[in-house]
Amino acid sequence: MEPAQANLEVFSATLLELARQNPDLLVVTSDSRGSAKLAPFAKAVPGQIVEVGIAEQNLVGVAAGLAAAGKTVFAVSPACFLTARALEQIKNDLCYSDRPVKVVGISAGVSYGALGTTHHSLHDYAVLRAIHNVTIVAPADGFESREAVRAAAQLPAPVYLRFGKKRMPHLPRVDAGFALGKASLIRQGRDLSFLACGETVAPAFEAAELLAKEGVECRVLSLHTLKPLDYEAVRRAATETGGVITAEEHSVSGGLGEACAALLLQEGIHTRFKIMGFPDDHTVTGSQDEIFRHYGLDGPGLAATARKLLAKR
Amino acid sequence: MLSERDLQRRSVQYRQALLRLIRTAKAGHTGGDLSCLDILNVLYNRILRVGPETFKGPDHDHFIQSKGHCAEALFVVLADRGFFPEKDLETLNRYGSHYIGHPTREVYGVEQNTGALGHGLAVAVGLALAGKMDRKDYRVFCLLGDGELAEGSNWEAAMTAAHYRLDNLVAIVDRNGLQITGSTEDVCQLSPLDEKFAAFGFGVQRCNGNDIGELVRTFEAVPFRPGKPSVVLAKTRKGKGVSFMENVAKWHHGVPNEEEFNRAMSELEAAQAALA
Repeated sequence: MEPAQANLEVFSATLLELARQNPDLLVVTSDSRGSAKLAPFAKAVPGQIVEVGIAEQNLVGVAAGLAAAGKTVFAVSPACFLTARALEQIKNDLCYSDRPVKVVGISAGVSYGALGTTHHSLHDYAVLRAIHNVTIVAPADGFESREAVRAAAQLPAPVYLRFGKKRMPHLPRVDAGFALGKASLIRQGRDLSFLACGETVAPAFEAAELLAKEGVECRVLSLHTLKPLDYEAVRRAATETGGVITAEEHSVSGGLGEACAALLLQEGIHTRFKIMGFPDDHTVTGSQDEIFRHYGLDGPGLAATARKLLAKR
Repeated sequence: MLSERDLQRRSVQYRQALLRLIRTAKAGHTGGDLSCLDILNVLYNRILRVGPETFKGPDHDHFIQSKGHCAEALFVVLADRGFFPEKDLETLNRYGSHYIGHPTREVYGVEQNTGALGHGLAVAVGLALAGKMDRKDYRVFCLLGDGELAEGSNWEAAMTAAHYRLDNLVAIVDRNGLQITGSTEDVCQLSPLDEKFAAFGFGVQRCNGNDIGELVRTFEAVPFRPGKPSVVLAKTRKGKGVSFMENVAKWHHGVPNEEEFNRAMSELEAAQAALA
């Protein structure tokens, strides 16, 4: 599949469309408009962008105040800083205080590749899953990115949107629609399920296509909404197919995989199961693609894991 | 409008109500509550254009108590202003009550959930910025503790306030000089706060934060400099109004026993009689 646009580019274009319709929509940035592809937004609607400088705690606090005054606010900053340095502001000023700010983590996961661990966000699902009153969304491609931004703008509650900067292909879909909290079925299959989110959905689909050539038909689900998780889709994947592989650009601790494992174990559903993500170790250096390959999160790596899992009795 | 003498009487009544509340709840930040009560009294009874009838509307003055641990003082003043019945405060800190040790929006009249220090000023900046964008004439007041100013997020917010020329923003520092470990200057030197805020682009005024008249005159003079946010450095005494609690660090969150409570109430009754 040919890559199209980066999810981040779709985000900024969609936000501009929404801003033109709603003069009360504001974006707040921390010297991050360039990284967030928001320079065209700033040029087109300069009165709707608020700059606070490199100060993520302030970014979220100011966003809370703007939302308290009735504005629709998107607070945008690299995910690594936003969900670590400003975590207390997200917890208290937004989630606890019920301020419906859209927190947008850009260049998420290992998008920044060789810039190193300071610039990686492999903890954000875990920390935000443990905080009440935030919807967590990691869109897979341009379609999901556009729909997620629109849905988030309408939701009168805090939302965390996570975007990478790699150009992603338009994924085929079995279901045409999009709804927060509802998994998107990308590919049908009964031998095994890949449950993925964000930029791991495309490699999961690639793995499914590789396995199809060997006669193994895999289901691929985009669990773009990590919270609230589509429990029914997870349950059905585990009971209707021969096993489950979760794939996420995140630590194996506290993310999508553990959320699925907890659900299945507590419901007494036992199946072949593997969590693919980043181990509890210093992250290897390299580009995002090289890092994915190293940890088996690319298409061939996920296909290899599937073969091993299916070989288990 | 309440006269200054009326406001002075009101302050004594608030101190009495506060001590009854803390005694019943068996918890509270007594020292800081007493230091900032006169500030809250003047704000809610003279300065802020907000009341229970207008609170739900969009254009009233806003107040954010960043030093959230002094919730009891805020609750006493809000109850007196009719935001909720004073009787509701009997549930303070009880199982299932939304009257807890920090302000939450579950309590009518509270604008923002606080408690973790260094959060209120940035939220106040956001509210003030929205007011400027929409050409509203509301003002935003934010009460900060002095010990709280060690949190760097305050200074991030201060820079933004000056950058956007938010002269509708008034920060108030309850400068009682004590924090839980001891003197603010011994823990991590804060002085000179006036020079620091001025360097960050604020108009700065000092006042006696336990003097009703000075507080009224200071707040009536905001903004101190056109185009700049204002800060009031309100010199207060922790434990103000009860002789044995004043300037004693152990009353940061001390709860009076029966004998101490009775002595404190006697002192406050004498203060009330002197104002009659």
